[in-house]
Amino acid sequence: MNGFDAPKIEYFQVSPILIVLGVAVLGVLVEAFVPRRRRYGVQVVLALLGLLAAIVTSVMVFLDLNPGSDSPKSGKVVAEGALAVDGPALFCWLLILVLAVLSVLLFAERHLEGGVLSFAGQAAALPGTEAEREASTRGLEHTEVFPLMLFAVGGMLMFPASNDLLTMFVALEVLSLPLYLLCGLARRRRLLSQEAAMKYFLLGAFSSGFFVYGIALVYGYAGSMGFAEIAQAVVSSTGSEGLLLGGIAMLSVGLLFKIGAAPFHAWTPDVYQGAPTAVTAFMAAATKVAAFGALLRLFYVAFGANRTDWTPMIWVVAILTMVVGSVLALTQTDIKRMLAYSSIAHAGFILTGFLGIRSLNEVAGGSLTGVSAVLFYLTTYGFTTLAAFALVTVVRDAGGEATHLSRWQGLGKESPLVAGLFAFLLLAMAGIPLTSGFTGKWAVFAAAMSAGAWPVVVVAVLMSAVAAYFYVRVIVLMFFAEPIGEGPSVTTPSVLTGTVIAVGVAVTLLLGLVPGALIDLLGRVGVFIR
Amino acid sequence: MSATPFIVLSAILFTIGAVGVLTRRNAIVVFMCVELMLNASNLALVTFSRVNGNLDGQIAAFFVMVVAAAEVVVGLAIIMTIFRTRRSASVDDASLLKY
Repeated sequence: MNGFDAPKIEYFQVSPILIVLGVAVLGVLVEAFVPRRRRYGVQVVLALLGLLAAIVTSVMVFLDLNPGSDSPKSGKVVAEGALAVDGPALFCWLLILVLAVLSVLLFAERHLEGGVLSFAGQAAALPGTEAEREASTRGLEHTEVFPLMLFAVGGMLMFPASNDLLTMFVALEVLSLPLYLLCGLARRRRLLSQEAAMKYFLLGAFSSGFFVYGIALVYGYAGSMGFAEIAQAVVSSTGSEGLLLGGIAMLSVGLLFKIGAAPFHAWTPDVYQGAPTAVTAFMAAATKVAAFGALLRLFYVAFGANRTDWTPMIWVVAILTMVVGSVLALTQTDIKRMLAYSSIAHAGFILTGFLGIRSLNEVAGGSLTGVSAVLFYLTTYGFTTLAAFALVTVVRDAGGEATHLSRWQGLGKESPLVAGLFAFLLLAMAGIPLTSGFTGKWAVFAAAMSAGAWPVVVVAVLMSAVAAYFYVRVIVLMFFAEPIGEGPSVTTPSVLTGTVIAVGVAVTLLLGLVPGALIDLLGRVGVFIR
Repeated sequence: MSATPFIVLSAILFTIGAVGVLTRRNAIVVFMCVELMLNASNLALVTFSRVNGNLDGQIAAFFVMVVAAAEVVVGLAIIMTIFRTRRSASVDDASLLKY
């Protein structure tokens, strides 16, 4: 009789993922057993405690790697080869978890809607019906949004750490499915929100279909799902080249869709505009980190050996993404939609850093690698965009958030503080010196230059100038235009949203003034294990 | 027996699914076409599993089925909400968000 070897799970290394998913399951139980009045408090506290516990364990795992010492461990492949817990994965984990804590605070904001969450009171009640009015007079709210969000965070943690194609696919779906639902749960403008959910879902499912077929092709080429084995097969080029190239193309469709790169960007503006703003902020900040982490690992670890085959494709995608994002943002009249196009443009800038791939022996000591530059940019962009969307939630009129740009005219007179902070964040996104946007752009451009991708960098610099125009246009609108009619009003948020804005602005300023410490850290952790 | 006919069949099924997603208007039919793409991938995975002589592909096919089932739950919920609100499941009617 054959013996049975139980799979070995390194519980210490995977504990952050297990904690987040475990707390999400607990959250579902809370929905079932805790009385309605107390659910909000219990869910918020539970979600925050779970995320903080995951942050603590991630830091412990990170310290276990000993990044500062002379002989740092580069990481460990755990769970029978399914996950790789190494420097980039841990950095992504910490970044996603911190962004998730801030997002929970945004989700939990009740002050702006007069004592209820900014999510639909009862998603099943049709818009404009008696049932919906009743739900709102009874003050119903869906506290399920917190467990849903934690499930998404669990998927996001798995995504950049996944070390085989199957784990990557499961992580992709675990992070996407809750997001599809969250997008459809806005309290105001529910038709837009539902439409956004449907578009996101259908296009997301379409792109994951491509991803699975890509998995099948690469599996047919390499005979294995593991990244190490795929890398081996690519080096020895055993199978048929057509399967590999087709597989790479289809896998990149799935991943480039998630990061919102052109020509797979079409969902981004619709979904960012229609989704509840707290969800948009969460998606723009955390999903990008997870998806870029996964993209980096897949291409650097599994397909690093034949990078001459796929870098031209990324060149084209990066240039297209920057041009589409920057140029289309010029014509937008809705602030959320404009920030969505700006996020597309930023995806292009990050892809520029992604082109900084070089073989390990080419990398001179101390110079920025592609991985470090991309992770640095993701940090700067994540905090800036989270704070920007948080500010969008406080500018309101009778119909909820005033997202049309004309409603922002003269905001500088109404509330110099909000307009000033928003202007600062826009300048950071434009890449003005002394903000984190400048150091981030400098990092990705330097990485791409040293790998010889100078034509992309030239386009990126030109597109930064175009992008600066539409950011400055909003600033001019806020400070130098007379308000139309009564103008927008700024609702003072509770301490929750206030904290998010303060942290986002502080990190944006800090990383602009003293980026050295973080860049040093990233220089030490920016190597994938195989 | 050669694996080529199976791979060709899976490619044809995948293409039918992809073309269906792009051309059909009813959200339910679009979603069914996505499922067809996933099942085409399953056929390719199982075939390659046989060619490679290991079980990874067959296990992956199971996972794809599980994920497809989860996707149905979420997807039909979203499409149902849209249908009840608008009395139509056409993807062309939902066009408030554009440009």
